[in-house]
Amino acid sequence: MTQVSMTVNGKSVSGEVEGRTLLVNFLRDHLSLTGTHVGCDTGQCGACMVHVDGDAVKSCNMLALEADGTEVATIEGQANADGSLNTIQQAFQDHHGLQCGFCTPGMVMTAAALLKDNPKPTEAEIRHYLEGNICRCTGYHNIVKAIMAASGQDVNAIAAE
Amino acid sequence: MPKDHGIGASSKRREDVRFLTGAGNYTDDINIPGQTYVHFLRSDIAHGKINAVNTEDAAGMPGVLRVFTGTDFEGVGGLPCGWQVTDKHGQPMQEPAHPVLAQGKVRYVGEIVAAVVAETAEQARDAAEAIELDIEDLPAVIDMKAAVQEGAPKVHDDLTSNLCYDWGFVEENKGAVDEAFEKAAHVTTLELVNNRLVANPMEPRVAIGDYTRHNGESTLYTTSQNPHVIRLLMGAFVLGIPEHKLRVVAPDVGGGFGTKIFHYAEEAFCTFAAKALKRPVKWTSSRSEAFISDAHGRDHVTKIELALDGENNFTAIRTETYANMGAYLSTFAPSVPTWLHGTLMAGNYKTPAIYVNVKAVFTNTVPVDAYRGAGRPEATFQLERVIDKAARELGVDPIALRRQNFITEFPYATPVAVEYDTGDYNATMDKLEEIADLKGFEARRKESEARGKLRGLGVNCYIEACGIAPSNLVGQLGARAGLYESATVRVNATGGLVVMTGSHSHGQGHETSFPQVISEMIGIPEDQVEIVHGDTARTPMGMGTYGSRSLAVGGSAMVRATEKIINKTKKIAAHLMEASEADIELKDGQFTVAGTDKSVAWGDVCLAAYVPHNYPLDDIEPGLEETAFYDPSNFTYPAGAYACEVEVDPETGKVTIERFAAADDFGNVVNPMIVSGQVHGGLAQGIGQALLEGAVYDETGQLLSASYMDYAMPRADDVPFYTVDHSCQTPCTHNPLGVKGCGEAGAIGSPPSVVNAVVDALQSAGKSVTHIDMPLSPGRVWTAMQG
Ligand code: FES
Ligand code: FES
Repeated sequence: MTQVSMTVNGKSVSGEVEGRTLLVNFLRDHLSLTGTHVGCDTGQCGACMVHVDGDAVKSCNMLALEADGTEVATIEGQANADGSLNTIQQAFQDHHGLQCGFCTPGMVMTAAALLKDNPKPTEAEIRHYLEGNICRCTGYHNIVKAIMAASGQDVNAIAAE
Repeated sequence: MPKDHGIGASSKRREDVRFLTGAGNYTDDINIPGQTYVHFLRSDIAHGKINAVNTEDAAGMPGVLRVFTGTDFEGVGGLPCGWQVTDKHGQPMQEPAHPVLAQGKVRYVGEIVAAVVAETAEQARDAAEAIELDIEDLPAVIDMKAAVQEGAPKVHDDLTSNLCYDWGFVEENKGAVDEAFEKAAHVTTLELVNNRLVANPMEPRVAIGDYTRHNGESTLYTTSQNPHVIRLLMGAFVLGIPEHKLRVVAPDVGGGFGTKIFHYAEEAFCTFAAKALKRPVKWTSSRSEAFISDAHGRDHVTKIELALDGENNFTAIRTETYANMGAYLSTFAPSVPTWLHGTLMAGNYKTPAIYVNVKAVFTNTVPVDAYRGAGRPEATFQLERVIDKAARELGVDPIALRRQNFITEFPYATPVAVEYDTGDYNATMDKLEEIADLKGFEARRKESEARGKLRGLGVNCYIEACGIAPSNLVGQLGARAGLYESATVRVNATGGLVVMTGSHSHGQGHETSFPQVISEMIGIPEDQVEIVHGDTARTPMGMGTYGSRSLAVGGSAMVRATEKIINKTKKIAAHLMEASEADIELKDGQFTVAGTDKSVAWGDVCLAAYVPHNYPLDDIEPGLEETAFYDPSNFTYPAGAYACEVEVDPETGKVTIERFAAADDFGNVVNPMIVSGQVHGGLAQGIGQALLEGAVYDETGQLLSASYMDYAMPRADDVPFYTVDHSCQTPCTHNPLGVKGCGEAGAIGSPPSVVNAVVDALQSAGKSVTHIDMPLSPGRVWTAMQG
């Protein structure tokens, strides 16, 4: 067991982990931050997406020890200070960008990373950027639409129904 | 002006807030103090005789509490099958035992041989590696047609063969069908494969067994679409726990698509082991395990023939299908290729004579059961493909050929035992032509050609039977369960409502749409209604969510219970206002007396029911809580027309979906936003089946496509924005909401139009391709183009 320390959603945290403990397990099991999900074991689905030092990272692809000393952001820290949904979260609700909600935390974290780098992405850019995030429920229509809306683009022309 | 609340409003989903902030409560998020972890050791060969399972070393590893093997489950019941099909000779299907842990033999890669329970998940996994297996390889049967040959290795030694059943439907039609084929002016024949799929809800399955010693109760937390069904099957048939000592909780569930209907060995194991060890036992499936333990879907091999007369009227349909059951019968497996498939073979057309033959076959593969659409996609695919092929052979417009043969009068009794109550197939086709801009297709094709791409247009119709189902009917057809739904409506003293429903939401948004119905009925705000589901201790016995039944059956139960509430509140209101009950009206949360200005608020009446000081105690009881069980009198029949436009790259064979339009008739619609979302998701799954997905076994029974590296899930750039419409509405005639169900339509209706479009694209380039089996991978399309 090794001691690991990091900042998660602005709070300093530490714990004892095995060398093989993944960051996602540290978040879920040690910190009870269960909003970050595990949807696969091959690094393909993006349900586990978090930000490490500002970059989108699949937390199932990183050891907890590798995250030692970093700043980690998870879905639990995304809402506005008053608890209301942030722009991306609100757009997902407004445009029905989620159904079962399992892929959703990963989608929101990925969308945040995209919009940081590319504040007004095109439809094609969004679809391409979401390559590492699988959603089985929505058919992606409303996820793409929500991300466009979150970036301030007019989505009325995209069939609402 | 669109409505902003009640039936027909696109109310925003209240469940989203917890999912968007990481506050969802999925089964894997639950941890019980003292919890242990199980790791299942699964067979890595498809067929073998178990000589020995040596667990000694494993049992001594750090943290291990106990290692279980098949012998621990000898006295325990097997996993039951919930549907018995009778074959064409009147004999019951062959039904093998389905042990929780393998007994004597392993029959597919993924079958559980042993289970290690330890203090941590890592310790359980480490110890499982120390188990020594002595399993003798036996020849495996993977191909269905090979499995039913004389002398094929038997999956189950105690059955007479690998044939589960040979089903004929409707046997009495056979003569008329054969005769129609003899007289036909034209016969179109098509042989096709409906590819094997893995449902892949993004949340893998999880089970936690718990046993509380103070009251002797077992609790199972599980990723299920129907906790009451699991309680009944597991309690009564597997573990022998009376229902009052067994609670099943299915909290937030991350998608189901059918594969979370069934009762699985892991659920029974965790419940059993928790009691044996007096500690909670948790199992979380990895995605790799999911591929080899979740029931698969589809996997039919079919020959369909369509007979037409000289005027291009359909005169008969004859089919022969081989349907894979896998190694054991999953919970509802036998019903899928039969009652959910044969009954849909009339489609939207007035074909007078239809005969369907289905041979269900055991193979050394994962069990196969219902996956989104379940039988109906298989029926739709073959029918809509053969019609398209016929149109091309006859040189007629595929849409005109369909229109000519549409059923136009309702109710309509098909030759395959069901009666469609309503529909208007020309209306949805008209709508499709408009929203898909079919008139503009030729221009778009030219534009594609100019870029060196082949463009194709594929159209199809579909019909499905939803809202399963009248219990007495399915009982005659072999179901071993009723298929009603339940709701308890509890009104609180201050007027708010809690609805406890047997339906289960795993993405469908019931917490939002069900209150819309209540809000409409009573006239109180939607946020005064709370929906409780997914816990057998909190909801009345109900059958759960699948077959697009939640609103049609579960919603109807809720309406009935709410009507009882309204009747009672009207009595109370009449008493309070000293009026006759017949004169009481309820609108916008106010009771009024017709023709007067007297009124009393909903909340005051509810309070009176719980503080019955001024109250007709001689006539009615205090309190406001009612339960209703609703058993539908028929299926519902959503239908629609879909159009897909593809581009094929002639250099590589790669297909891209350029446009997709869906015109559906779901009857009345409660929340249009949610309904559109359901269609979108179904379309992506259908497009996935058509272009990308396939569960592939090699001849030894190894699943080659057992991870997201090998099984191609649709991703955001595989699909376009869809154009969907559900403004054509012929309300269901036999449920109180007039709703038909929308959950499966997209997955049922989309594969044929994709394949039709690709065939159209290739034929437009002069290729003589008439069919390509799904998934239409670049390799398959390119190969077909070279022929
Ligand atoms: S769980 Fe990390 S990519 Fe799937
Ligand atoms: S909302 Fe269910 S997987 Fe995306």
